[in-house]
Amino acid sequence: MKQPIAIAVEVNGERVEASVEPRLTLADFLRTHLRLTGTHLGCEHGVCGACTILLDGQAARACLLFAAQCDGHRITTIEGLSPRKGLSALQQCFRRHHALQCGFCTPGMVVAAHALLEETPHPTRAQIEDAISGNLCRCTGYIPIVDAIDDAARGAPP
Amino acid sequence: MNADPRDGDSRHVGRALERLEDERFLRGEGCFVADFVRPDVCHAVVVRSPVAAGRLRAIDTRAALALPGVLAVLTHADLARSGAGDRTIPIRVGALEGLERFLQPPLAHERVRYVGEPLAMVLAEDPYVAEDAADLVSAGIEPDDPVVTIADALEGARLAHPEVGTNVAAHHVAARGDADAAFARAEYTRRERFTCHRHSSVPLETRGLVAEWDAGAATLRVWGATKAPFFARRTLAAMLALEERQVEQIELDVGGSFGARGEFYPEDLLVPFAAMRIGRPVKWIEDRRENLIAMNHSREMTCELEIAARRDGTILALRGSLAADLGAYTRTTGGIVPAKAASFLPGPYAIEHVAIDVRAVVTNKTPCGTCRGPGRYEANFFRERLIDLMCADLALDPAEVRLRNLVPRDRMPYPTGRLVPYEAPGAYDSGDYPAVCREALERIGYAQLQARRGRLDEGRLHGVGIACFVDSSGGGPPEQARVRALGRGRFRLDSGASSSGQGQRTTYAQILADVLGVEPSAIDVHLGSTTGLSRGVGTFHGRGIVMGGSAVQRAGEAFVERLLDEAVRRSGESRSTLAFRAGDVVRHADASVVLSMEALVAARDAGDADAAALLDIEASHAQAGATFEYGTQVAHVAIDPGTWEIEVVRFLTVEDCGRVINPLVVHGQVIGASVQGLGGTLLEEFRYDEHGQMTSGSFADYLLPTSTDFPNVEGYSADHAPSPLNPLGAKGVGEGATGGVGGAIANAVADALRSYGICIVDLPITPDRLSALVRAARS
Repeated sequence: MKQPIAIAVEVNGERVEASVEPRLTLADFLRTHLRLTGTHLGCEHGVCGACTILLDGQAARACLLFAAQCDGHRITTIEGLSPRKGLSALQQCFRRHHALQCGFCTPGMVVAAHALLEETPHPTRAQIEDAISGNLCRCTGYIPIVDAIDDAARGAPP
Repeated sequence: MNADPRDGDSRHVGRALERLEDERFLRGEGCFVADFVRPDVCHAVVVRSPVAAGRLRAIDTRAALALPGVLAVLTHADLARSGAGDRTIPIRVGALEGLERFLQPPLAHERVRYVGEPLAMVLAEDPYVAEDAADLVSAGIEPDDPVVTIADALEGARLAHPEVGTNVAAHHVAARGDADAAFARAEYTRRERFTCHRHSSVPLETRGLVAEWDAGAATLRVWGATKAPFFARRTLAAMLALEERQVEQIELDVGGSFGARGEFYPEDLLVPFAAMRIGRPVKWIEDRRENLIAMNHSREMTCELEIAARRDGTILALRGSLAADLGAYTRTTGGIVPAKAASFLPGPYAIEHVAIDVRAVVTNKTPCGTCRGPGRYEANFFRERLIDLMCADLALDPAEVRLRNLVPRDRMPYPTGRLVPYEAPGAYDSGDYPAVCREALERIGYAQLQARRGRLDEGRLHGVGIACFVDSSGGGPPEQARVRALGRGRFRLDSGASSSGQGQRTTYAQILADVLGVEPSAIDVHLGSTTGLSRGVGTFHGRGIVMGGSAVQRAGEAFVERLLDEAVRRSGESRSTLAFRAGDVVRHADASVVLSMEALVAARDAGDADAAALLDIEASHAQAGATFEYGTQVAHVAIDPGTWEIEVVRFLTVEDCGRVINPLVVHGQVIGASVQGLGGTLLEEFRYDEHGQMTSGSFADYLLPTSTDFPNVEGYSADHAPSPLNPLGAKGVGEGATGGVGGAIANAVADALRSYGICIVDLPITPDRLSALVRAARS
């Protein structure tokens, strides 16, 4: 077994220090070590997007990153994008449009949508479809998700 | 029809209420099985067969056991020592005669029969170490030539189960009327051979289980159950020689099922067995590659179908044969897929004479079960395609021919005969089939699209295709619900039905809220666990609302009736002067309280057994037959004749699912089901090579639809005919809109390419297959 690696990461605004196995994925670090289980694992090969998190503000796949790679970086998970109580405006739009059924892809979708709206506050429908094209949803057929993100963007200040 | 027969109040049923369960999921606070932890848990990984067929000589576990952190490696020998060695996984439903010869043992012994068959289970302190150890388990297998295709299986030169002596696991004839006589006098007949490819449910959450043996209580708890938890309890108890009351199957949040999840798989025995054996909680979370080779596949079928009609397109008879691949073993869903495919070949049309020869065959591939619209998707494709081929032969309009043949409203209920060997004769319960077809044609602008069909428009060929469908839901064993008053105006509802995302925490609360006269948010809904009520069934075959929702309605009504009876008994007043209002029984005249719920709750909490009995009631809903949702789907496609890329310009469904409980949920089901059907028709395929190796074992190879693939999908609810069979008037809605997609898309593609002289009879439809068909037609 390889020697553990000491890391310091900022997770949802809080500094976390840990000693991790070199092969520990960021997703497993978040889920198992920090009990941030909103980051889901649907494929563990970087296709489904259920594990989408923000790495220094950019959407990234926690299953394709090692925890050790994130030393010195800033991580935001779905827990960090949720208000203390209730739902953010974006999350409320998901509920209004029935943009989730089983809820498994949902955290990754919300994170990907958040990243899009940070960069492009007023996206076209095609831009929304593109932005979530790396996040698989097996239930909704995507159309309600696109509607929800579109609605959230329309509510954003100009 | 109203939810509350007492005062006609239906404030919540029928409303597009935002879902009560959504907040947790949106905040990342769902609890899926991988999120669930138990103290001192250890981790399991399944070692699977790398070859499709062979003799299993030995399994060497020494290297794995030598790895630090490994606790045990279980093989068939461990099952045998425990007395569970001879037990196989039983059929839950669809027990065609003969299938019982092909049941699966939880771990292979003597022979392996598919790539992915469980050989051993590794237990370790850490999931990463468990995977390392699984790589170190080596199985000595002498490979045999596998049976790969349905044609191989029917030919029978090689056998998937040599000891049985045949690859034909079951064989029956589904017939009504006198097909041969109808064919003998028909003005027109046509025969065609079709194939439907192997694909399946592929929910986004892989399977997983956590099991714990509570030695003190002599109770086995299993978290991760869904779909049919009571069958899982029964089966697990029998296989481990426990009493049913010693087993609890507990449903957590579930990341989609679509048919495949929640059946009793080998792991459903192995994980609890391991927990008992090792005396610690055991957790198993499937990885995706494993999921793609181990969870039920579906849909692989060939069909030779012949149609007899008059020259005006009036269909007289269907006859032919179909063969469905069960894979290596009979799974819990038995012969549902071939049996239902045959029974739904006539579809929503009034076809008097039917004769279908049905075979279920075994091969050396992943076992098959049900997938959303099982057998219906396949049958609708075969029939709808054949109808369009007939229309082309007879120069008839496909829409007119469908309208001519759909079962008319005045023939409802329409008897369908006894087409399924393990079911009683049935009947389509209610509906106006031509009306939904006409609505779908109007919505797509069928008349306006005529001029573009088969023509090049800005470099692409356009086509329109129609498919009409009918799908059964409910019936079968009764479902159960339990209502309890919690106090402070709150209620608890337990249902025997389960949820994998269909929204019953909301729709059940809507139903019960109307009966009790409270807000849906006052009701805590608990689903799919064997712990909350005395019995139950689960959610499959469109049972969620039809059976589960009706049981909620009946339990709510029984709760109200019992309190009204008690108020009459206590007060001596006439029943007609009393009313139930949000828990209390009051006098109509002045709303004064006769029986107070809070007073009963206080009495119960003080130990009054009579009060406790009044505040806790179970009721069930039994239904003689199935309800039948029905609809029409229309596809408009555009095809690039250079690349053969297919764009779905528009795809729409008009469907009647009886009474709608929540329009948001219904719309979500129709859109989601449609896109799943589009994926199955245009993208998804489990491909196998000649060695029986699956070559689409990742999400880079097995292509699920993404957000950019099918952005123009529409769903509309028609409301012509509530079901007469249940108190809600409801029919299923989850599966129908998957069912017609293959037929509608295939017809649209064929329509677009009508000038190319090709015949589309196989799914999936992909650019490379179209290109090959055109090349073949030209040469």
